[in-house]
Amino acid sequence: MTTIDRARVQHVAGLARIALTDDELDRFTGQLQVILAAIEQLNDVDTSAVPASASVLPLLNVMREDEPRPSLPVEVVLAQAPDREGDLFRVQASLEERPDA
Amino acid sequence: MRELPRTITEAAQKLRAHEVSAVELADAFLEAAAADPNNAWLRLEPDHARAQAAAADARLKIADAPVLTGVPWACKDIIGTKGIITTAASRILEGYTPAYSATVVVRLDESGAVMLGKTNLDEFAMGSSNENSAYGPVRNPWDPTRVPGGSSGGSAAAVAAGQAIFALGTDTGGSIRQPGALSGVVGMKPTYGRVPRYGVIAFASSLDQVGPLTNSVEDAAIVCEALFGIDPHDATTIDRPVDVRRDLDAGVKGLRLGIPREYFTPTGVEPGVTAAIRAAIAQFEKLGAEIVDVSLPSTDKGLAVYYIVQPSEASANLARYDGVRYGLRVAGKDLVDTYRKTRGAGFGPEVKRRLILGTYALSAGYHDAYYVKAQKVRTVIKREFDAVFEKVDALITPTSPTVAFPIGSKANDPLQMYLNDVFTLPVNIAGLPGLSMPCGLSEGLPVGLQIIANSYEERMLFRVAAAFEAATEHHRQRPMKDRAA
Repeated sequence: MTTIDRARVQHVAGLARIALTDDELDRFTGQLQVILAAIEQLNDVDTSAVPASASVLPLLNVMREDEPRPSLPVEVVLAQAPDREGDLFRVQASLEERPDA
Repeated sequence: MRELPRTITEAAQKLRAHEVSAVELADAFLEAAAADPNNAWLRLEPDHARAQAAAADARLKIADAPVLTGVPWACKDIIGTKGIITTAASRILEGYTPAYSATVVVRLDESGAVMLGKTNLDEFAMGSSNENSAYGPVRNPWDPTRVPGGSSGGSAAAVAAGQAIFALGTDTGGSIRQPGALSGVVGMKPTYGRVPRYGVIAFASSLDQVGPLTNSVEDAAIVCEALFGIDPHDATTIDRPVDVRRDLDAGVKGLRLGIPREYFTPTGVEPGVTAAIRAAIAQFEKLGAEIVDVSLPSTDKGLAVYYIVQPSEASANLARYDGVRYGLRVAGKDLVDTYRKTRGAGFGPEVKRRLILGTYALSAGYHDAYYVKAQKVRTVIKREFDAVFEKVDALITPTSPTVAFPIGSKANDPLQMYLNDVFTLPVNIAGLPGLSMPCGLSEGLPVGLQIIANSYEERMLFRVAAAFEAATEHHRQRPMKDRAA
């Protein structure tokens, strides 16, 4: 493991889609260094013969018939939308036409 | 009404004796909650509560009304309520109104309980002090300069101050038990899989469970019986018998109670807390339990496991808050910039810190070193508990290393804040049931005793807790009136 620096915090915040102020970036970098240093002690445990647990449940897959069932009315769901067009959520275009294409 | 009932059993008896109607009870509790000086509530819902109370009164005229019929309760605002604003104490969900209720709310509705309103919490349940709410901190009814614990701080404070008879909280690393301890009430986290998570705003899905905060052990068991059971909407629910009240009067004579030595050695456990727990252990011995010294060697690795697994799961769960389908939207120059600005403005500092930590632990090149390693150590911790429960019926530990601390005292030191949960989070890592109950005062503030049982052994958990409560007077301690007012 390695420590985290300001540039990496900025990179990871980008992956997490979170805009940070310069002040937040400074503060979080220091705090995350302290937290990650405490997490280093995981290396003290020998896990060479230990499987990973994603869950503590004695369950694998829970199956059911794939049948259509009633869902929430479109109007109820769209009522919470910050912006809509008809029965759709409206967002900015994610793909633009390139004039040279 | 001269004095409001404190417990479900007391309220149920008064309602059936027609000493009070459900509507009168709801009005009296709404009045007490409206006068709350501690910022425990984000929203009261008087019309909703009175309608439920009127229906409860009609039901109480018929013989077989469930015990919760007409009993006023408080709902942590991370649990979805149809038609009633649910914010998770976050700006990003300001004004969000769920289109459906969580299964736990449906079950309490069906049991006839009366929901008074929604309680304050740390944003998305991330915190141990309730200082991370976007709507301001909650004050402790025992001392308004101190935190009530978190993240279910509003639920704990409301029950401690007598503004609700019980409350629901959620517990991912101690968020029911630790505020229960710091606010002097019973707080109980069920075995993972006991309670449906459907409709509860997800934080860390392999750790989250809903559970009760109450003024008595029997009350906690009553609420559990209403909440437990398989739900087709949550594939992680387990079908097991739910009659967890059956052994409440069985006592602890002949039971083997384990004292894990690692919970008594770390520096930072206040002497007043240790003294109260030692006295409780002596009490159990007097009641005929056999006290057994046991070891859970990897206890001190729990925090590291938790601060990888939990933020990793949170980073996936909270990806849905993107300003597209509901909640806050802050427009940017393009779609990705809108996501970034919305999440930058909508999340508070603790949530951002954890999402960055979780994203880092899952990112290319770090995934095996952090996330997979933490999952392996999780297995080690679970196996240590499994081995100990071959030898003992339950474990006795402190709930929290300290009593309630002053508001602001740990706000700038996340790691210090995380250490509050060092005794509660191993229980979530292993998926076990745990309960905190009052066991005395230190410096005039409540100390919590934690009891841990094996998976699905809630009946044993409540048996041990009920024996302690019956033999002691700690649960009768109340916040001082002049302080609470």
